[in-house]
Amino acid sequence: MSHSLVTMSYIIATILFILSLSGLSNPESSRRGNYYGILGMAIAIIATALSGSVTAYGMLILTVLVGGSIGAFAAAKVAMTQMPELVAIMHSLVGLAAVLVGFATFMDNSIHIEGVEKTIHEIEIYAGILIGAVTFSGSVIAFCKLSEKISGKPLLLPARHWLNFILLVAAIALGFIYLNQIEIGEGSLPMLMMEGSGSVPLVLMTIIALFFGVHMVMAIGGADMPVVVSMLNSYSGWAAAATGFMLGNDLLIVTGALVGSSGAILSYIMCHAMNRNFFSVIAGGFGGGTSGEAAVVEGEVQPINAEETAQLLLSAKSIMIIPGYGMAVAQAQHTVNDISKLLREKGKKVRFGIHPVAGRMPGHMNVLLAEAKVPYDIVFEMDEINEDFPNVDVSIVIGANDIVNPSALDDPNSPIAGMPVLECWKGGTTIVLKRSMASGYAGVGNPLFVLENTRMLFGDANASMQAVLKALQG
Amino acid sequence: MKIGIPKEIFQGEKRVATTPDAAAQIIKLGFSICIESGAGLAANISDAAYEAAGVEVLPDAASVWRQADIVMKVRIPMHHRNLDINEFDLFKEGGNLISFIWPGQNEVVMQRLADKKATVLAMDCVPRMSRAQKMDALSSMANIAGYRAIVEAAQYFGRFFTGQITAAGKIPPAKVLVIGAGVAGLAAIGAAKSMGAIVRAFDTRPEVKEQIESMDAEFLMLNFKEDGTGAGGYAKTMSPEFIEAEMALFAEQAKEVDIIVTTALIPGKPAPKLITAAMVESMKPGSVIVDLAAEQGGNCELTEARKAVVKHDVTIIGFTDLPSRLANQSSQLYATNLRHLLTELCPAKDGVINVNMADEVIRGATVIKAGEITWPAPPPTLSVAPAAATAKPAAVAAPVAEASAASKAVKQFLPMVIIGLALFAIGTVAPESFMRHFTVFVLACFVGYQVIWNVTPALHTPLMSVTNAISGIIVIGAILQVSAGSGVVSILAGIAILIASINIAGGFLVTRRMLDMFRK
Repeated sequence: MSHSLVTMSYIIATILFILSLSGLSNPESSRRGNYYGILGMAIAIIATALSGSVTAYGMLILTVLVGGSIGAFAAAKVAMTQMPELVAIMHSLVGLAAVLVGFATFMDNSIHIEGVEKTIHEIEIYAGILIGAVTFSGSVIAFCKLSEKISGKPLLLPARHWLNFILLVAAIALGFIYLNQIEIGEGSLPMLMMEGSGSVPLVLMTIIALFFGVHMVMAIGGADMPVVVSMLNSYSGWAAAATGFMLGNDLLIVTGALVGSSGAILSYIMCHAMNRNFFSVIAGGFGGGTSGEAAVVEGEVQPINAEETAQLLLSAKSIMIIPGYGMAVAQAQHTVNDISKLLREKGKKVRFGIHPVAGRMPGHMNVLLAEAKVPYDIVFEMDEINEDFPNVDVSIVIGANDIVNPSALDDPNSPIAGMPVLECWKGGTTIVLKRSMASGYAGVGNPLFVLENTRMLFGDANASMQAVLKALQG
Repeated sequence: MKIGIPKEIFQGEKRVATTPDAAAQIIKLGFSICIESGAGLAANISDAAYEAAGVEVLPDAASVWRQADIVMKVRIPMHHRNLDINEFDLFKEGGNLISFIWPGQNEVVMQRLADKKATVLAMDCVPRMSRAQKMDALSSMANIAGYRAIVEAAQYFGRFFTGQITAAGKIPPAKVLVIGAGVAGLAAIGAAKSMGAIVRAFDTRPEVKEQIESMDAEFLMLNFKEDGTGAGGYAKTMSPEFIEAEMALFAEQAKEVDIIVTTALIPGKPAPKLITAAMVESMKPGSVIVDLAAEQGGNCELTEARKAVVKHDVTIIGFTDLPSRLANQSSQLYATNLRHLLTELCPAKDGVINVNMADEVIRGATVIKAGEITWPAPPPTLSVAPAAATAKPAAVAAPVAEASAASKAVKQFLPMVIIGLALFAIGTVAPESFMRHFTVFVLACFVGYQVIWNVTPALHTPLMSVTNAISGIIVIGAILQVSAGSGVVSILAGIAILIASINIAGGFLVTRRMLDMFRK
């Protein structure tokens, strides 16, 4: 295949990728978008494989087949509640691939360039490995946190900002040492441990970057996980783009940039939805910005049982269901769908209100509801329905806390002050499903629970919902 | 401990202090219950029903009073000459009583109970705060009274409530004015509204406007700035100017409306006179006034307590036993209020009450503790606190917003300036080939930016998984290196291809799986 033909294939693949992303603007066109993406990827891989610079077809086919089967198996097996974990671990794979490609390029002595171009090329390698390593270790930690292999609580080392700063300075300093060694030495040699080839600073930097990734994600609390996941998504894109620069491949650059900006926008949307500054999320933990004590929540909750809940639902006209991470944990989405279906058959107006940061990744709740076959036209975003709460008779909050916390709006000292929340208390009655009276991930007391028009339904979300369903049927 | 429920002896009182449902729950708390035979009959509850719930039925009042450690009643103890029952004589020395007491108006009774070394909890003294709502018998009775007020009005009113257009002519809907939108007022609004009337309501406390409007009634605005909110959520006495404006409004409304329900009460004072004789005279013949404040002297000048009278062709209803007229319903709610109070009194669920004076609710309700009069309790302050708290943030937020306006401009432009400088710095040193790639990169970022904003938030998870798959494009880099010749490079590239393939296949397939689930 001629060089021009390969380039043309890359252009076609690029266009298909853009179409793939733009297809996601609504659920109708999204399926087609996904096929565009697959087609683009196939064209890109085949064109590259036939470009003439590839000879090791056996290895290529074997690795693609094995990798592809593993991926397909994982995709078929994963439960929808585990999507955040899957996405996180896949980010780590991109990061790892970027690191490997970076090292391979570093050791590849078939490229001969000189002068400034060479310096730039080495910087690209250095940056590519740096971003890849941060993405890799950060995503692994995010995966462990999401799958609860390690605690979701933020780990706040003393002087962590200084530590981050020192790591950054060290990475830059090693970069200069690396460049110097490259210039003194006779180009990069395939022997890793060869003195003076720049390999020592490169490996040191990789270790620092890996540690930095771990430290960064360890410091971030569970409630901020959607930001972390989308941020790592963005990093994996930048890692691909850096690899593109390294190899002088425009397709990689374009695709990496698309993915990178996508993740960046998602991070921005998530931060905006929590009214948090991006940097304060990255810097980790809550704190800063608020002074004075947050008001302590006083009062007594009013419990309710499943039968009374069913009665309330039957006497309501307009019902809002607000799912949170607790619904995902209890796998209650199917029961919730059965309830909503039953109520809709009885002529009730049932809607779902989704907060942008509900769950552990952007759009988490939508996917779960879609899995349970809730029609997407009764699922609404916060901005679409928040005005409408005064017309809602009964709101059911399923395993959510911070996203329905009134103190975000009226207590300037609250750690979540200013975060937009679903204002369910403006409606008739709010029923909150909760396992116990523990506070949410943000560790903030919720005055909603003691409001006069709030009733608490304690217990596992799925068990409670099933009891309500039974009461509705009976 | 044993709880006793005697039959109410007050003339016309049909309520009873517990129901079989509530009794069963109380027994679960560790208490035993006995009841006077026939106590629930007026409220349509038979002795058999009580027995089925595990309540012991005793033949007469005397044995109930003698056996019970705690007596639960609706009305205060009294001496009934016709029945020859003197509840004070029957009351056990050092016993416990839970009932409506109205200590302010019944000082003699209070003294006699104190002489008996009794402990008395008054249901009418339960403080008005959110924690105590479930024990607030005044509210539950007021709710019933409000509903019943409309039912009584309908009884005496000669027309439909709802408007109709029939073959025999057009019927205008009745117009109802509710004065005082407390619990009773709101219940009256709800009842009148559901019967189809046009409902207007007035209250001196502006914060109830929202509640009135939530019931679909019209809030009558008074063009006058004064807040009538007193401590504990009750109304307070207004200034003379306000009352003048208010009276003018009522005079005007009286000519127009068919039914007036008044519920205006100020704690510890006689009911304010809101409807004058002249206003009654100006009303249309056949109109009805229901005065829920009749017991405290009435909101209408012509009200006669406990009677329905016709004056100037207007029926004025001054019944004071409205809850008793819905005996079954009010017994049920009152019994539940009592049960909640017992739950508070007996946290250990061991059937022994503990009158814990440190608890604000129990302190408020206790009017006599072991013969010592503890009424009145210090006023509750909790329920007014939230109002003050909500006012604060608005004031705080304003200056913060102003101060940040200037720094916002700096924040907006500073990154752009820095990025611009950095780009120029790169431009001075970077070679041609790098700039070509860089052009592509920057343009791609912009395309990505434009495209991603159009993605619907519901599809953010599929977006992440599809971008994940696409970022597996890094496989291209690995493919280009796999044949580079050197062994180590090939192996590294091979591993890279493997894991990138996982990404590509996994990402696209899981995206497809998710997208297939999104359906209308």
